[in-house]
Amino acid sequence: MGAISLRAVEKVYGHGPKANKVIHGVDAEIADGEFIVIVGPSGCGKSTLLRMVAGLEEISAGEVHIGGRLVNRLEPAERDIAMVFQNYALYPHMSVYDNMAYGLKIAKVPKAEIEVRVQKAAKILELGTLLERTPRQLSGGQRQRVAMGRAIVRQPAVFLFDEPLSNLDAKLRAQTRLEIQKLHRELGVTSLFVTHDQVEAMTLAQRMVVMNAGRIEQIGTPEQVYGKPATTFVASFIGSPPMNLLAGSADGSRFTVGTQTLKLPQAAPRAGALVLGARPEHAELSAQGAWPLTVEMLEMLGAERLVYGRLGNAAFTLRIDGTLVPPRPGDVVPLHVAPEHLHWYDATTGQRVP
Amino acid sequence: MVENRPVADALAHLVLLLGVLIVAFPVYITFIASTQTAEAIVQNVPMSLLPGDQLISNYTRALVGSNTQGGSNPPVAPMMTVSLITALVIAVGKIVISLLSAFAVVYFRFPGRSIVFWMIFVTLMLPVEVRILPTYKVVSDLGMLNTYAGLTVPLIASATATFLFRQFFLTVPDELVEAARIDGAGPLRFFWDVLLPLSRTSIAALFVIQFIYGWNQYLWPLLMTTSEDMYPVVMGIKRMITGGDAATEWNVVMATAILAMIPPAMVVILMQKWFVKGLVDTEK
Repeated sequence: MGAISLRAVEKVYGHGPKANKVIHGVDAEIADGEFIVIVGPSGCGKSTLLRMVAGLEEISAGEVHIGGRLVNRLEPAERDIAMVFQNYALYPHMSVYDNMAYGLKIAKVPKAEIEVRVQKAAKILELGTLLERTPRQLSGGQRQRVAMGRAIVRQPAVFLFDEPLSNLDAKLRAQTRLEIQKLHRELGVTSLFVTHDQVEAMTLAQRMVVMNAGRIEQIGTPEQVYGKPATTFVASFIGSPPMNLLAGSADGSRFTVGTQTLKLPQAAPRAGALVLGARPEHAELSAQGAWPLTVEMLEMLGAERLVYGRLGNAAFTLRIDGTLVPPRPGDVVPLHVAPEHLHWYDATTGQRVP
Repeated sequence: MVENRPVADALAHLVLLLGVLIVAFPVYITFIASTQTAEAIVQNVPMSLLPGDQLISNYTRALVGSNTQGGSNPPVAPMMTVSLITALVIAVGKIVISLLSAFAVVYFRFPGRSIVFWMIFVTLMLPVEVRILPTYKVVSDLGMLNTYAGLTVPLIASATATFLFRQFFLTVPDELVEAARIDGAGPLRFFWDVLLPLSRTSIAALFVIQFIYGWNQYLWPLLMTTSEDMYPVVMGIKRMITGGDAATEWNVVMATAILAMIPPAMVVILMQKWFVKGLVDTEK
């Protein structure tokens, strides 16, 4: 019903020599009922991609199929989608009820049917007592729910979310995240959710699409994206603090970063220029460690402590248990990373080396 | 800003009181004069500042016209009707045309959009008074002298209101347009269901401004009306004063002036609620 298929989708703004390509041939297959999160830094084209699926932006090249139907030339209203906007985009002069009913009225759904659908959506979203109010009289979280209600009553094949949580405060954001998850479980509608927040991406996604500069870097479950980042970009984008990436050259079980040679617990996958990656949470200070880390700075976060230091002249951050006795700035301490937590990337392409 | 400076307070009140006096005193004089007999106004120097007892008779004579002592005043009631129709047509016409043209300029991409925009912009430099002779020629060639069309159409064609609405439409978030598109609303549906209700306070404000603009037209009607039944009331006042040999009946003139003041004042008073609402509400 709501499967989405993107085939070599491109977006170009302008014409001729001034043309500016912002999406470079995106391919993706999204199954019916899946919850997909598109994540990336600002300007990576994620919102543009979503708006192309919605029909708000023209598709310069390639094909978008929704539910097996080519929708390139269809108006947004004909695509069987509903969208939730970042600033909610509620009609300010209409009551909550009318906001939700407007699309159905235009579609000439019978009045009784509209009433049933709106009441049902209001019940799911706990908006029952607010139906007569105008958006102005609602809090941010309530507006957010009305925006979702407007999407639900249309009973679309696909929900599109364009950073819907970024205008909420931190607490409400966490709560709404759970509500969206619950909603998806209840309704089982294919959802495309755009965000720049990796926590939202990790917690909501069944599969996530990591984008950078108009290209897809990796598509996979949150576990795959976190556990085996496909490129150095994904490695540095997902995870906080980001993965340490050390550029150097490998030779058997020795890896040279600048002036510092590190002994590897296991031979590098190949010799030559490589990037070695290790997550801060997978490194530990231990006597068995062979890498001399010069400690520069410490940050106490409560349960854990961040240690900023240097391996030779390369920066390296690690995360240690907050209850441990911390090293002092200036100390040189042995650093250990288990072999299964080492990631290797090609130095020029940034692609993962298996 | 909470301050306790008695001298500054007193000064501020003094300035305000002075301002009110300057505006209100002439209106008061006009009203007083309209309640006295013609003789009382002319003979008592200075004129009495207390109301006389001729209120009803003066206003009746002004409305239905008078013909006494060699001086004759045409009835004001038909002139008021002409003024009212003219002002209403100008106000409504300007608003309708401006809304539609601003809608087109803001929401549609069509070839020559910027040229159209600049053409509208240029009309800002050409109010009726500047283009009055060519406009007269056109209106007269079209046979529109002494008609409501001639009185109103040249005044409707102007860009001020278009600009106001354009600025307002530009502040309406794009997401609202997109939400309407997803809801399946076509351009006109969006205009009618979303844009128009959102603009209603601007419309109210413009209506007030344009109504008064239309009501106060003097030069244009003076030029293009020759038949007495198409004179607006502002011209009527002027014609009453130039009496020639006959004595000017100042009491009736003043009553006419007060009558001419009432409709614009009513519009302002009745629309004030909307004005304030528009200024307080930040709904967009």
